[in-house]
Amino acid sequence: MPADGLAIRLRGVIKRYGAITAVDGLDLDVPAGTCVGLLGPNGAGKSTTMRILTAQTIADEGQVQVLGHELPGQSKRARAAMGVVPQLDNLDTTLTVEQNLVVFSYLYRVPKAERAAAIERVLDIAKLGDRRDAKVDELSGGMRRRLLIGRALIHRPPLVLLDEPTVGLDPQVRQELWSLIDRLRNEGTSILMSTHYIEEAERLCDTVTIVSHGRAVAVGSPADLVAEHAGGEAIEVYGSPARLAETEAEMAREGFPTRRTGTSIAVLRINDGSGRAPAGERRTANLEDVFVLLTGEEIG
Amino acid sequence: MATEAVARPEAAPGRLDRPALAGVLVREIINFSSYWRSTTFSSTVEPTIYLIAFGFGFGSLVSHVGGYDYVDFVGTGTVATAVLFSSVLPAMFGTFVKYKFQRTYDAILAAPVDVEELVTGEALWLAMRASVYGCAPMIVAMFFGLEPSWGMLLVPFINFIAGYGWACAGVAIAGFLKGIENFNYVTSAVITPLFLFAGSFFPIAGLPDWAQLLAELNPLFHCVQLVRHAVFGLHGWVDVWNLAFIVVFGLAMWRLAIVAMTRKLID
Repeated sequence: MPADGLAIRLRGVIKRYGAITAVDGLDLDVPAGTCVGLLGPNGAGKSTTMRILTAQTIADEGQVQVLGHELPGQSKRARAAMGVVPQLDNLDTTLTVEQNLVVFSYLYRVPKAERAAAIERVLDIAKLGDRRDAKVDELSGGMRRRLLIGRALIHRPPLVLLDEPTVGLDPQVRQELWSLIDRLRNEGTSILMSTHYIEEAERLCDTVTIVSHGRAVAVGSPADLVAEHAGGEAIEVYGSPARLAETEAEMAREGFPTRRTGTSIAVLRINDGSGRAPAGERRTANLEDVFVLLTGEEIG
Repeated sequence: MATEAVARPEAAPGRLDRPALAGVLVREIINFSSYWRSTTFSSTVEPTIYLIAFGFGFGSLVSHVGGYDYVDFVGTGTVATAVLFSSVLPAMFGTFVKYKFQRTYDAILAAPVDVEELVTGEALWLAMRASVYGCAPMIVAMFFGLEPSWGMLLVPFINFIAGYGWACAGVAIAGFLKGIENFNYVTSAVITPLFLFAGSFFPIAGLPDWAQLLAELNPLFHCVQLVRHAVFGLHGWVDVWNLAFIVVFGLAMWRLAIVAMTRKLID
């Protein structure tokens, strides 16, 4: 581990594509042994950031360090030491589960004597021991994802990048993957996980960096972020669109932050401030409140 | 960090790292195990059909061409053709599919493999395949009367060098073109003339001067010459020139392919 105890350290990272600035001065820390969530709406720069960490995208400005290696110059060493789970499945579909792992044991330079054991270990982690000879084409969506994650662990990396690991999966499969990721975290693997699923970040991440328009807008543990930005409790006010707009304006005058939920207006921080709270359904504030509050309500 | 580095000294990964090349090659070899039957079928059946069609078709009109028996002429000439088609086409389509549809290259480049190693590994693999498949027409021709000779043992090596160049050319084409539909322009306007004006089916000596000059610039022509001379007797400096031409072509295409794929894969 590097001296500063950071598995990943980004400072002022900028990446432009013509007139579009995908990453705009991003700072990001992943302390060794923790799971950090990169939380942001679509287009916030999460995927570009992930590509920068494997030097498939080269930052225009700023500093990028992965496991103490300076990128892009020393990226090969950094890549050798980390596992990457891509958002889009890129398994070799005509090969068997085991053949996919053999290929990756070579790509990640697992020594010959350890290769067989490494493959068994991954089959066990991914719970695919009895499907080892099945072609990837024959696997269910959940099995493919488990293989994709397992494949990234073939060389026992101290750092794993997970890009939207559960996107498009049903709740059962998602829970299964969460327990797999949780196991990794408990074993001390550093994890950077990009996601736009709030629940995923809340359950798995020690700290969360919320990104919007390519920069970090808030950093902290999910609980701290909720306490700081949304307060302890929120009230949901339901009604006609006109009534909701009215509530929104009224609450702004009273000094309460609000956010739209699609069907209601959530009035936040109702326990602090001096204003008069509206009538409605009381509930505990959550990370989704913070997310929408900080990254905006409009779809960019 | 420092103590760890002392405990486990490791060489810094350099350029064209052996483990990286091995990784790319192993992936191709394992994949090949799932589709070798169809590829091998087409690489042996195709030259047989060419030989039957041209050998018996033209062979009934002309028995000798350029001092060779026509079956011998075509049997050796189509070796280079087989090399061309078993390297440039799989390189073009394979690269595009792996880049665009299977996203294989995303996975490989996230591992400790650089674009240079990826391209080199893919081209080495296709060159090995082309080296073997390229011999098919020659072996088929032996059933039609081509006499065995010691020089035939050089043919796989010639095929390898030529196949490497064509594979890199295919990767470069896939790297520079935007969509797979544009491949039609290349196959019609570039590959078909290269294939026909290479002296495989008829000697280029009968062509007009300008066409002969263009054929001299065609790497496939030099490959055809080299294979034919290897089988029937080498021609000294002429074949040094032929060999030099395909070696330089291979090196130039290799660097071009790396430039093209770096532009495509790294932003």
